Amino acid sequence: MNAFLHHFSFEFRTGVRNKQLLLMNYLFPLGFYLLMGFIMPQINPPFRETLVPAMVVFAILSATLLGIPDPLVTARENGVFRSYKINGIPAVSILLIPALTTILHLVIVSGLILVTAPLLFQAPLPQNWLNFLAVFGVMLLACAGISVLIGVVSANSRMTVLWSQIVFVPSMLLGGLMMPYNLLPKFAGKLAQLLPATHAMNAFSGLAMGGTADFSPWGSVIVLLVTGLLSFGLAWYLFCWDSRNTTRRGSVWMAFLVLVPVLVGMFLFE
Amino acid sequence: MSGTPIIEIRDFCKTYGKDVAVDGISFTVHTGEIFGLLGPNGAGKTTTLECLEGLRSPTSGTLQVAGLNPAAEFHKLRNVIGVQLQSAGLPESITPEEAMRFFCAYHGVAPRMELLEEMGLQDKRKAQFYDLSAGQQRRLVLALAIAHSPKILFLDEPTAGLDVASRVELHDRMRKLKSSGTTIILATHDMAEAADLSDRVGIMLRGKLVTIGTPLEITATGAGLTRISVRTQGGSLLSRDVIFPAVQKQMERDEYIIYYSVDIGSTVSAIIEYVNGHQDSLVDMRVERPSLEDRFLEITGAGDTR
Repeated sequence: MNAFLHHFSFEFRTGVRNKQLLLMNYLFPLGFYLLMGFIMPQINPPFRETLVPAMVVFAILSATLLGIPDPLVTARENGVFRSYKINGIPAVSILLIPALTTILHLVIVSGLILVTAPLLFQAPLPQNWLNFLAVFGVMLLACAGISVLIGVVSANSRMTVLWSQIVFVPSMLLGGLMMPYNLLPKFAGKLAQLLPATHAMNAFSGLAMGGTADFSPWGSVIVLLVTGLLSFGLAWYLFCWDSRNTTRRGSVWMAFLVLVPVLVGMFLFE
Repeated sequence: MSGTPIIEIRDFCKTYGKDVAVDGISFTVHTGEIFGLLGPNGAGKTTTLECLEGLRSPTSGTLQVAGLNPAAEFHKLRNVIGVQLQSAGLPESITPEEAMRFFCAYHGVAPRMELLEEMGLQDKRKAQFYDLSAGQQRRLVLALAIAHSPKILFLDEPTAGLDVASRVELHDRMRKLKSSGTTIILATHDMAEAADLSDRVGIMLRGKLVTIGTPLEITATGAGLTRISVRTQGGSLLSRDVIFPAVQKQMERDEYIIYYSVDIGSTVSAIIEYVNGHQDSLVDMRVERPSLEDRFLEITGAGDTR
């Protein structure tokens, strides 16, 4: 427990000390939130209704997808994992602790958004706080899990950027953050259901913000929960200690199994 | 070398697909000795170390480290060994103080902050790893490797990239560890370092252990050519086809003529007699026995006789 706490403490401080992580954890999400808060309600007044969940989801996407994978790949390439293995640091700590510390940073950032959004932008707060926290929790789990999985299976930093952007960019465009899901063409809507952001926005709207969900909100919660658990499980299974990948147990293509919950969810939760 | 065997390697092979990294080597390391593992790049040194450290499993053969099978009993092994990897192996933003707390916590021992002081890092306790100089980084990694008082220490190129002062400091530290009973396995390209520190040396080439012994034994078993460098006042030896007894090769460099002899006595006395007989006088004469580096180059076939 003592070792876990020292590891957690170091990783948490790294999230502020490292300029790239500071940017992804705090500066980028909060800067974007202020920008959107000042501009978007002027252009599109209904945006104010979804400002809080949209900016919380954006913060999660930024800190996890853009913040978690690259340090994992860099550490593996620099022999840090080998050093950790020799000193008895388990794989599960290597995978979980960066995710947990990022989650803690996101709790702080989301808290700042929740406190300031009504004051600065007259944005409504959640009507059901318990459901808000539940959706927030499963979205954190899903995005942190996917990010850790990307860090585990990416061969190098360039591939990390590619995989992260494959999730991040469509999430911004189709995930319901900027444009409501119901305005999307049918095909784009189906494509959007592959993204955690779409499920999070759907669940926030239907369960926490007092709006209407475009498809089953509890279905979205289940999809996010299962995606998160599955991606952490796959990351643990596919984890390797060194850059030669000689210790990997399965093919990296197994990572695509993470899409199973969203694909099943498309048919189960209309 | 007397002493209890602490590392035993028997018929150890490691292959990566069709590539043979280590090809059936056997040797023993005794408690308290410094064992130098030498070889050119790709010889199999790092693979051998990684299998001994439990980072990889051997393809065949047996490895015993302090009575443990490294691959199967890794969780016990990690408290017995300390490792300084070739790469730094620490996160860039970690501070020496954090690293010491962090690694000691995972080993279940109290943090040994005094080691940071002993390694000259007291003023850098709160500096981030990437802000430390190469020498400070190496010293920190060494401090972490010995913080849990391991019986065996693996050092992979410990002084690579260090300045002279830092190398001397690290060598002193290694000698202190040896005197305290720690067994050290040293993989290095630096022949002078290996000859200076090691009780015994093993030279690997293309996955095989081609020779093993004390540095003295290894240098004595080569072609045995002693280098005699001579410079005279009048240059009577230069550009002459004089053949001295027992000389197998000779060459000129600057104002020196260099002879490689199998019998120092007869060659030296013949040179002196010749110089005196030609109304010349000696300015400088140096007799150098073959170094470990000469022997290494001879074994690996990588260099010409200088």
